[in-house]
Amino acid sequence: MSRVLLVEDHSTVREGLRIALTRQGHSVEAFESGERALAHLAATPADVVVLDLMLPGMDGFEVCRRIRANQDLPIIMLTARDDDMDVVAGLEAGADDYVVKPVQARVLEARIRAVLRRSNGRAAEPAAEERHRELTIDRAALVVRKDGAPVGLAPTELRLLLELSATPGQVFSRQQLLEAVWDQGYLGDSRLVDACVQRLRAKIENDTTAPVYVQTVRGFGYRFGPL
Amino acid sequence: MTGWALGLRGRLLLAFAMLGLTTTALVAGVSYGQARTVILQKAQDAAVLSLVDEVSRLDPVRQLPPSPEQLNAIAAVVSTGPDAAVVAYGDGYAPSGLHPSELPQPLRAAVREGKVVWQRFSRDGTPTLAIGTQLMATRGDGSTEPTGIEVYRLHPLDDEQHSIEALAALAWSTGAASLVLAVLLALLAARGVLRPVRELGRAARRLGEGDLRTRAAVQGGDELAGVALIFNQTAERLERQVGELRRMEADARRFVADVSHELRTPLAAMTAVTDVLDEESEQLPGDAGKAARLVSQETKNLAQLVEDLIEISRFDAGTAALSRDDIDVAAAIRATLRSRGWTEEVTTSLPDGVVARLDPRRLDVIVANLVGNALRHGAAPVTVSLRAAAGQVEVAVSDSGPGLAPDVLAHVFDRFYKADSARSRSDGAGLGLAIALENARLHGGTLVAGNRSAHGAVFTLRVPTGDPA
Repeated sequence: MSRVLLVEDHSTVREGLRIALTRQGHSVEAFESGERALAHLAATPADVVVLDLMLPGMDGFEVCRRIRANQDLPIIMLTARDDDMDVVAGLEAGADDYVVKPVQARVLEARIRAVLRRSNGRAAEPAAEERHRELTIDRAALVVRKDGAPVGLAPTELRLLLELSATPGQVFSRQQLLEAVWDQGYLGDSRLVDACVQRLRAKIENDTTAPVYVQTVRGFGYRFGPL
Repeated sequence: MTGWALGLRGRLLLAFAMLGLTTTALVAGVSYGQARTVILQKAQDAAVLSLVDEVSRLDPVRQLPPSPEQLNAIAAVVSTGPDAAVVAYGDGYAPSGLHPSELPQPLRAAVREGKVVWQRFSRDGTPTLAIGTQLMATRGDGSTEPTGIEVYRLHPLDDEQHSIEALAALAWSTGAASLVLAVLLALLAARGVLRPVRELGRAARRLGEGDLRTRAAVQGGDELAGVALIFNQTAERLERQVGELRRMEADARRFVADVSHELRTPLAAMTAVTDVLDEESEQLPGDAGKAARLVSQETKNLAQLVEDLIEISRFDAGTAALSRDDIDVAAAIRATLRSRGWTEEVTTSLPDGVVARLDPRRLDVIVANLVGNALRHGAAPVTVSLRAAAGQVEVAVSDSGPGLAPDVLAHVFDRFYKADSARSRSDGAGLGLAIALENARLHGGTLVAGNRSAHGAVFTLRVPTGDPA
């Protein structure tokens, strides 16, 4: 049972999703506007946010950015199929995943489970703390430090970093990363990976135009290092 | 080469040149002939008059036959300047003059008959006028009688010849000049006529190539300008009508897109609760359970239809975009089959290691539509095979049904085309194959429907491998 914060302006869609998610065993708090959802979130913690991008007043991107500014909880965007630019913008604003409306309850449920799994992290990691130059990764406590200072990573970003850094130097294709981090594999959207890599680099690299930790291997994908 | 094959320019040139030549030849020829006659006539008349006058003033011959001295004296009078004289009497002649054999014989015969005659002839290549008369003797009563002394003057026509030659040369040069002028005029006329013709041709070609805003320049008020005017009016009407058609089509498409988007919100609400209906339908009694399952199923179908409509609207609007990625095609096809529960039903021949730069979602849509279509309308076994060759990836989906009839084959990618008109909407292909085709084209590839030589239909997708990013 997780606490789901649902933000959707259409009352019938909101009600439908609330019913569906509640039946899956979640406790759902539903809001019709971003402002009210943010106000609620400030007082009451949640495990996952399901966020419609097209909102009256403050739009979904801004809501996403505001949540990201304070918290690392996973965010799933609700988007329409033909809003490709919105998907990219939403991922850049910090969303972890997106689903296309209309969405069936079991699809949304699977995505929620996936982001919650990766935000909970892997429980049993043998080596507690690894050093990679200025970067320290504590796999047990799920804390990443740079020069000793903690780096605030969103759940997906953390999972991506953990996946890549587990085998430094190994090249991962976008599909492999989608499968490992997003549970999506070949039917996933590789822009999820690209957007997440960009956000991760912005937080851990000294120079995002010449990344050393998360490197692009043209034609193949990404790898951690070599340092 | 015939006149037609010469082209308009050639024919115009030829006509002008012929006209120029004919006119010049006619005018120059007639004037030359006329001038020549006049010149010669004048010279002739003057020479005849002067000889007759001079002869009449000679001292009368008192006795016959005259002595050679007398003949010489006559010859001396007659041969003035360049003129030579022949003075003859019977077989005798003036030794100081020329020999009578230099004269044309018919001339002598006429003079002997007492006439004053003249004749032009060529003497050693020089055109010469010979004038002859008999010397007259005056009788006591004042009448005259021929003496039998023949006096000839040979007057060279050099000057006249030169004048005539100059005239001929002038005629030739006038002819040449007028020919050049005619050709120049012909070129000018051809240009004047041909330029608008060429421009009209260019405009017609541009119009044919689809540039409906093309207009021809209208110059002056001649027939060509009339043609250009008609061309412009036609182009204008065509542009207006095509524009109208395009507007109507765009309106219709926008309407479909708008309606689809409007349907999306209620469908989003309904779709969210279809799982609830599915789960609860087991507990609902009788018809209520059936109704719940029906609503749930048709909601999913409707949602798919609306998504397809929105998808095809994006292709129509040209806003469909590719999101390419390097993918293992075999793995992607397996994922498509697995996610739809088709792995057991479909035979595959998918070699590993075929990597192409494609949009995974769109490849999934293509393969899912082709396999779904084969499973619905063909017969088992349905086979999916993959081949890579020469920068291309080829995916073939074949079934073992009766194949596609020729009239079906021609329309199989049409929207909402039903091979069997009795078949209901809900299990028809709808937009699936049309969307698959658009997706193939978006990748710069092709999707072809055909029949296998044995039994069954085969849909073959060919897309370029693409350059790795």
